[in-house]
Amino acid sequence: MILVLVETDPQGVTLTSREALTFARTMGERMGDPQLEAVAVGPLPDTAAVLAHLGEQGVTTLHHADDERLAAYGAAAWAAAVVDVASSGAARLVVGSGTPRGMEVLAHVATRLDCLMAANVIALEDTDPLTVSRQVMGGGVFERMRLDGEVAVVAVAGHAVDPVPAAESRTTDVRTYEPALTDADLLTRVVRTEKAAGEDTSALTGAKVVVGAGRGAGSADGFTDLLELKDLLGGALGVSRVVTSLGWRPHHEQVGQTGSRISPDLYVACGISGAIQHWAGCQSAKTILAINTDPDAPMVTQAHYAVIGDLHEVVPAINEELRRRRG
Amino acid sequence: MTDVLVCIKRVPETSSQVLLSEDGMSVDARHVGHTVSPHEEAAVEIAIQVAEASGGTATVLTLGPADAVEQLRDAIAVGCTRAIHVEADSESFGPADVAAAIAEVVRGEDFGLVLVGNDAADSGDFQVGVRLAYALGRPVVTGISTLSLDGDTLTARGSGPDGDEIYELPCPAVVAIQEGGVAPRYPSIVGRMKAKKLPIETISTTVSPTTRRLGLTSPPERPSTVEVLGEGPEAAKAVVDMLVSIGVVSS
Ligand SMILES: Cc1cc2nc3c(=O)[nH]c(=O)nc-3n(C[C@H](O)[C@H](O)[C@H](O)COP(=O)(O)OP(=O)(O)OC[C@H]3O[C@@H](n4cnc5c(N)ncnc54)[C@H](O)[C@@H]3O)c2cc1C
Repeated sequence: MILVLVETDPQGVTLTSREALTFARTMGERMGDPQLEAVAVGPLPDTAAVLAHLGEQGVTTLHHADDERLAAYGAAAWAAAVVDVASSGAARLVVGSGTPRGMEVLAHVATRLDCLMAANVIALEDTDPLTVSRQVMGGGVFERMRLDGEVAVVAVAGHAVDPVPAAESRTTDVRTYEPALTDADLLTRVVRTEKAAGEDTSALTGAKVVVGAGRGAGSADGFTDLLELKDLLGGALGVSRVVTSLGWRPHHEQVGQTGSRISPDLYVACGISGAIQHWAGCQSAKTILAINTDPDAPMVTQAHYAVIGDLHEVVPAINEELRRRRG
Repeated sequence: MTDVLVCIKRVPETSSQVLLSEDGMSVDARHVGHTVSPHEEAAVEIAIQVAEASGGTATVLTLGPADAVEQLRDAIAVGCTRAIHVEADSESFGPADVAAAIAEVVRGEDFGLVLVGNDAADSGDFQVGVRLAYALGRPVVTGISTLSLDGDTLTARGSGPDGDEIYELPCPAVVAIQEGGVAPRYPSIVGRMKAKKLPIETISTTVSPTTRRLGLTSPPERPSTVEVLGEGPEAAKAVVDMLVSIGVVSS
């Protein structure tokens, strides 16, 4: 059995978890183990939507750990719930998505199962011995890694694959269970969540359009036109690490290896060089438009479209043109 | 009083294409500098803050080659007062091996709090902190950007899908730090002097590493297909036409 830890949101199974399901299904088929099961922990916002997504991905059973002690997120307790299913079903692989939460729970799962875990996996290379390819150096290098052992844990890098429905969709059975939890498992649960307006990263990671800004913005006051462009396009602002470490913008807006990974339809990268650590976070944008004074900047040569010039002149002109066409 | 141990890793500092060694097993870092992950710079800062607030000490540890003392000295320059170098060929150490080697050190000492970076800048394994915590039988939280200690209770804050998430957990504990909550301080001249003089404790480990790395490859080079829409503000019209053509702006 291949077991996938799925994360949910009000729309059903999250996009990155659906990507992980597709990845896991392909792995299972190649490994000759097509039995695909899922585990979800804590309350489900919309069970019907979750089951529709799982059925589409060919999942036979959803194991749902529904226990009030699991309502607040806690990696150790969530991992206990996943290990319960993995052990009783003799899972050959436990797969999840490379989100902060996915990665944290899977690290606990791998430790508890005393097995290997590969993070940031992008491809299955071989089934005998089981070998995967994964991103290291912030995505600047690929590593081939062997996953010996009876069971292994894989965290799929965000947007490494597209979520493709299975050839045949299924009706997914639900098995609700109460995992065995110890007091130690419950020590590290979230005690409260504070929603400061605009402070969470979901607006950025889910945005269809992201306007990005780097050192080229020049100063904390250099964002006025960029913010206007963001509003005109109905998107979110994303910045480079230079911008956050200079204190021009808050860290939750950072895109990249140590910031958020985004996958918008359009990324407008203004005054950003395109270092590999930044590229790691924006490479899955469908279209990239670079605005940069340097025609040889990696962001320019790797973009789909570019404008060579000073962002403080180019961005106001684009804003003006957008306003003019809206009338 | 809490004595804090903060664990860091020497990694190549690269911002453009990464060169590989001839055997394809490691990164060729001869022509680049070295650094630690931004997460670990934040972890060092938090270690110093917690130690100062509780009247304890901040010790920095690295497992790595002889040259990794450079990164230990950087941490001393900003305020760590003791440095432990577990000298080893870190290339062959997987995350479980690193955790086992750190656990050996912690067992013989009295560190109430152990900090690590959330994930190393090079290997990006996301597991050392968690595996270390299990080896020590301690609670662990990851992705934490600010931390405070009151008596034996740690309050830790990180960001979750719906906003900031706050944890309260008992010390001794292991915490994996993520950059973004604190600004790492710059070394003072006095700090730099201290860093030069402080003796570094070099020890070895009994852990025999078991790498699962079969090889490294560079991502396929993407041929440039960029379409330059123009230069300067005159390009605005072409940009908006393009936005219409990809459906981001309605015509
Ligand atoms: C372990 C590690 C993790 C990292 N994680 C991240 C991360 O998550 N995210 C991240 O972004 N970086 C990260 N970095 C840093 C990264 O290596 C780069 O230093 C950073 O992305 C550079 O930011 P930048 O492009 O804004 O600045 P620069 O590299 O200084 O580039 C500025 C660009 O703006 C252009 N420019 C200047 N003025 C103008 C103007 N007026 N108009 C138009 N263009 C102009 C220049 O031509 C240049 O291309 C990390 C580094 C390390 C070592």
